[in-house]
Amino acid sequence: MADNDHSEEPTPYIEAIVTYISYVLLAVFGHIRDFLRNKGFEANMIATEPDRTKSFVPLYQNFESFFTRNLYRRIRDCWNRPITTCPGAEFEVMDRDSPDYGWTFRYPGSTTRAVNFGSYNYLGFAESSGYCADAAVAATEMYGCGVGSSRTEVGSLNIHTQLERAMAEYLGTEDAIVFPMGFATNALNMAALVGKGCCILSDELNHSSLVLGSRLTGATIKIFKHNNPADLEAKLREAIVYGQARTRRPFTKILIVVEGVYSMEGSIVRLPEIIALKKRYQAYLYLDEAHSIGALGTSGRGVVDYYGCDPRDVDVLMGTFTKSFGGAGGYIAGSSRLVRHVRQSSHSAIYGASMPAPVAAQILTALNILLGRAGPPDEGKRRLRQLSVNAQYMRARLHQLGLIVYGDRDSPVVPFMIFMPGKVAAFARLSLAHGLGIVVVGYPATPIIEARARICLSAAHSLDMIDRSVQVIDKLSRLLRIRYSRRQPPDWTRDRTRAWAEAQLAEFSRPLAPTHVASSANGVALIGA
Amino acid sequence: MLIFVADADVSWEFSDLIEAIYSAPTYHLVFEGCLILFIVGLLFQHSFLPSKRRGGSGDRLSKAEEDQLIAEWQPEPLVSGDPADEALLASYQRCATSQVGRSVTYSDGRTLVNFATGNFLDFIGEARIRDRALASLRHYGVGSCGPRGFYGTMDVHLHLEEQLAKFYGCEEAVLYSYGFSTIASAIPSYAKRHDIIFADERCCFAIQQGLEASRSKIIRFAHNDTAHLEELLQRQAEHDRRDPKKARVTRKFIVVEGLYVNCGDICPLGELVKLKYKYKVRLFVEESASLGTLGATRARHLRGGRRQRAGRGSDSGWNRECSGPLRGFVVGTKYVVDHQRLSGLGYCFSASLPPMLAAAASEALTMVDEMRGERTARLKSVSDRLHQRLLAELDNLWSVEGAPMSPIKHLRLHRCTGENSLPALEAACAAAADAGLLLTVARYVAQDLGQPAQPSIRLSVNCNHSDSEIGSLLDFLKSYATGLAKKCFQQLNISRKVRPWII
Repeated sequence: MADNDHSEEPTPYIEAIVTYISYVLLAVFGHIRDFLRNKGFEANMIATEPDRTKSFVPLYQNFESFFTRNLYRRIRDCWNRPITTCPGAEFEVMDRDSPDYGWTFRYPGSTTRAVNFGSYNYLGFAESSGYCADAAVAATEMYGCGVGSSRTEVGSLNIHTQLERAMAEYLGTEDAIVFPMGFATNALNMAALVGKGCCILSDELNHSSLVLGSRLTGATIKIFKHNNPADLEAKLREAIVYGQARTRRPFTKILIVVEGVYSMEGSIVRLPEIIALKKRYQAYLYLDEAHSIGALGTSGRGVVDYYGCDPRDVDVLMGTFTKSFGGAGGYIAGSSRLVRHVRQSSHSAIYGASMPAPVAAQILTALNILLGRAGPPDEGKRRLRQLSVNAQYMRARLHQLGLIVYGDRDSPVVPFMIFMPGKVAAFARLSLAHGLGIVVVGYPATPIIEARARICLSAAHSLDMIDRSVQVIDKLSRLLRIRYSRRQPPDWTRDRTRAWAEAQLAEFSRPLAPTHVASSANGVALIGA
Repeated sequence: MLIFVADADVSWEFSDLIEAIYSAPTYHLVFEGCLILFIVGLLFQHSFLPSKRRGGSGDRLSKAEEDQLIAEWQPEPLVSGDPADEALLASYQRCATSQVGRSVTYSDGRTLVNFATGNFLDFIGEARIRDRALASLRHYGVGSCGPRGFYGTMDVHLHLEEQLAKFYGCEEAVLYSYGFSTIASAIPSYAKRHDIIFADERCCFAIQQGLEASRSKIIRFAHNDTAHLEELLQRQAEHDRRDPKKARVTRKFIVVEGLYVNCGDICPLGELVKLKYKYKVRLFVEESASLGTLGATRARHLRGGRRQRAGRGSDSGWNRECSGPLRGFVVGTKYVVDHQRLSGLGYCFSASLPPMLAAAASEALTMVDEMRGERTARLKSVSDRLHQRLLAELDNLWSVEGAPMSPIKHLRLHRCTGENSLPALEAACAAAADAGLLLTVARYVAQDLGQPAQPSIRLSVNCNHSDSEIGSLLDFLKSYATGLAKKCFQQLNISRKVRPWII
C-alpha cells in the first residue's frame, strides 16, 4: 500500500526570489504606512493601549503587531470566515465587506454557498440529521449538554464508558480514555508520560499542541527533520550515547513524537521505519492520529491500519474526534497499564470538565457505523472508500494541472503551493467567489516562502463536486499562474480517471446523500445502556 | 595583506602598490605568503569551541563504541509501576445515567442530591438552555470540524463573543473551546521569557500550567496577602530602579483567581487594582468559578468596575461551572484581547467550540442577564446560610474553609474524629451516597503547587438547594463525624485501659 514518493518538489528559484521580493515590498510599504500613521497623515486604526495603562511596559512587541497590521490585516478576509450552516459537503459562508481595508468587517446578512474543502470532515459525519445527530439529540435529552465536573470527581457518565470501550475495540488496543478537547489531550497528558531526565524526539512539523505538551513535560526536546527516519536515527543514537546535556547522565526514557498525517503538508508518517527504529533503540512512540484516524486504512483505523502495523507496537495512540467523527475531543489508547496510568495522573482528567454527552453520542454512533453496528449495511465501508477515491482523484487531477502538490498519494489533505502573498489573497478571494471554500495558509503557519492552499477531502463530496471544483481551480491556476511544477505528474495519476473512480465506487451505488432514516427512538437505542 | 608604512604624507596609488611588491625583498613576500596560507587554514579549520565538541573532552566515539553504549542502555518503562489508586479509578466506573444536575441518578438506580459539581446557578437541566442547544444541534450538527481560522467560526461563536463583551462591558471577548486551556494559553500569549509574574500561591493548576508554559520568572505571594504582594512589588521596583534599561522591556503581571477553587475564598480585588496602578503591573483575574456566582453587590462591583479594569490586562474566565456547557473566554480591551486571536495557542490551533455548546452558553448568559442577579442573590444566601449552619452545628467535628458567601467550601475532619486523610474522606463520600447525597473529595495531581496541605471534601452549592436538602447534608455530616469520633474515643479508651497491663 505504501508506495509513496517521499520527496516534495522544491520551490523553484524564480518563485522563491519573487516571493521574497513581495515580502520585502510589503515590509517597505508597511513602514511607510506606519510612518504616515505616526505623523498623522493617515487615520490610525490600530488598537492602542488605553491612556490609563500608557505608562506600562507594552503588552507585546512592536514587530508582532507590525506583521499583523501591515501584512495580515490587508488579507484578513481570507481567514476566520464565519459560516452559518453545518460544515458538511457544502456550506453557507457569511458575506463580509470591509469599509477600511481589513480593520473592521460589516456583515450585510447575505451568504454565499460554497463547496467545503476547508473543514476536517473526512468521513462526512458532520451532519445535522441522520444517525449521529439523532443519537446526539437523544443524549442531550438524557444527560443535558454539560457536566460541570471532572472524570475523577463525579463527572463520569455511562456514555463515556461505552465510548471508551468502543474506541479501544475499534483501535485494537486494550483500553482507551477520552478527553473533551483534542488540543488539551496532547497539551495536558504528555506530562503524565515523560518528565525531567527524559528525552522527547519531535518531528519538526509537529502540531502546536504537541509542542506545548512537550514543553510542559520538562523533558529535553530534540527536533528531527520532517518525516526523516535517517535523521531520527542519528538523533536517537546521539541521545542514547551522549545523554543529557552538561550532566551527561543517560536519559531515563526516550519518547518519539510523530503525527499520522501532517495537516499542512499532507504527508503520511513513515511508520514502519519509525517502529523499527523505536524497537532497535528501545524508545517509545507517541503517535498523534488527529488527521489520520478514520481517514486512512482499509477499515479507517488510521495510519497503523494503513501500513498494516500492529497497534501494540505503538506505545501511545492518540487522536482526535474533531475531524473524522464530526465531534470534539480526543483519546489516548494503548495498553491497559498505560491507560490506567493516564487515568490516574492526567491533568485533563483530574481538573478538566468531562466530555459533553451529545458529543460522546455523536462519536459513539459514528464508531458504531464504522464497526458496522449501526446505520445502513456497509455505510462505514462506503464512506471510507469514497474518501479514499476522492482523495486520490482530486490529487491526481491537481497534479495533472501542473500544480506543485505536496503530500502522499492516499492522504486526504491535499496542499498545493501558491508561494506569493498577493496570489494567496487572490486565490482565496476568487475561489470563494467561484463557490469553493478552500483554506490558504501562509507565514507564520508555514515557512515564509511556502504559502499554500489546502484542500481537505471528505466522504461527503461527490465526484461531480470534485470535477466542478477542479474546473474552477484549472481556471484560477491559469489566471494566477501558479502552475509551477517542472516535474511530470507521478505515474500513478495516469489511471486515476473519472471512470476509475466510478468503478471503485460501483459496489456502493446507493445515493450519496446523508442518511435520513433513524428517528430519535433509534438514537436512544444506540446510546442506551 | 601588504603592510604599508604608515606615512601620512605619502598617498598611495594603485600603481605604487604594484611597484612596492616588485621592490620588496623576497623574504618579505615569502613571509606574506605564509601569513595568507595561515589565514586560509584558519578559515577551514574546525571550531575550537568546547561546546561544539560532542562528549565534552576527548574525541568522538567510534561506531563500535556507540553501539556498545546503545546496547548497554536500559530505559525505564514508559509508565512506572505506580500502585493503582483504586478509589480514584473507581470514580471512572461510577457513572451517571442522568444529567448531573441538582440530583443525579446512577446505574445502580440510586438518585443522589448533588453537592459535588459546580452547577451553581442550576442551569444544567434547564429546559430553555437545552432546547436552544437542541435547535442548534439540528442546524449545525455536533462538531465544528476545524479551528476558528479555517471555517470553524460559526455565527453563534461571533454572537456569543459579542454577548460576552457586552455582559462584561468590555470591548472584546475571545472564545476558547476548553476551560482548562483558556488561562493556560492566555498567560503565555502575553508573558514570555524574561517577564515577571506575581502569582498567588494557591492558584489553580490551570494557571500554574500557564505560568510554566510562559517560561517567565514566577514570584509567588502568600495567599490573598496584599501586604506580602506589595512587599514583593516594592522589592522588584527597587530592582528596576537599579536596572532601568531592563525594566523598560520587562512586562509584569499579577495573576489571581476571582474565587479560589482550591480554598473557596475571594480575592481582594479593590486592593489589587490599587497595587496594579501603583506598580504598573498588569492584572489577570481568573473567574472560572466567580462569574455569575458571587453575591449581587459583588457582581455589580465586578461588572461596574470592569470598565475601569478593562484596559489593564485581561479578565479571563473559564466557565464550566455556571452555565453547564464547558467553555472558556477572555474579555478585555481590544488592544489586549485581539492579540490572542493570533497568538493564543489554544485558540488558533484547536477546533472551535461545538456550535451547540456555544448556543447553550449564549442562552445561559441571556438568562443571567434577564434574571438580574436573582439566582445569584439566592445562591449567595444559600451559601451563607449553609456556612453559618456548618459553623454552628458542626463545630468540633468538621472544619470549614472558604468565604461565607462562596458557593465552594472545603470540609475537613476535625482532629477528634481521627485523621483527616484522603481515604477517610473518600469513605465519608461513600457513606454520603448511602444517605442519598453526592459528595466528592477534591482531587489534585502530585505536581500541583496550589493544592492545600490537607485533603478536603469540596462542597459546591446550588442556588436551588432547599433547606431540607441542606438539612439532610448537615444531619449526615454530623452523624457520620459523631460516629467517627465515638470510634476514635473508644480506641483511645481501649488503649488507655490496655496500657497498665503492658507496663
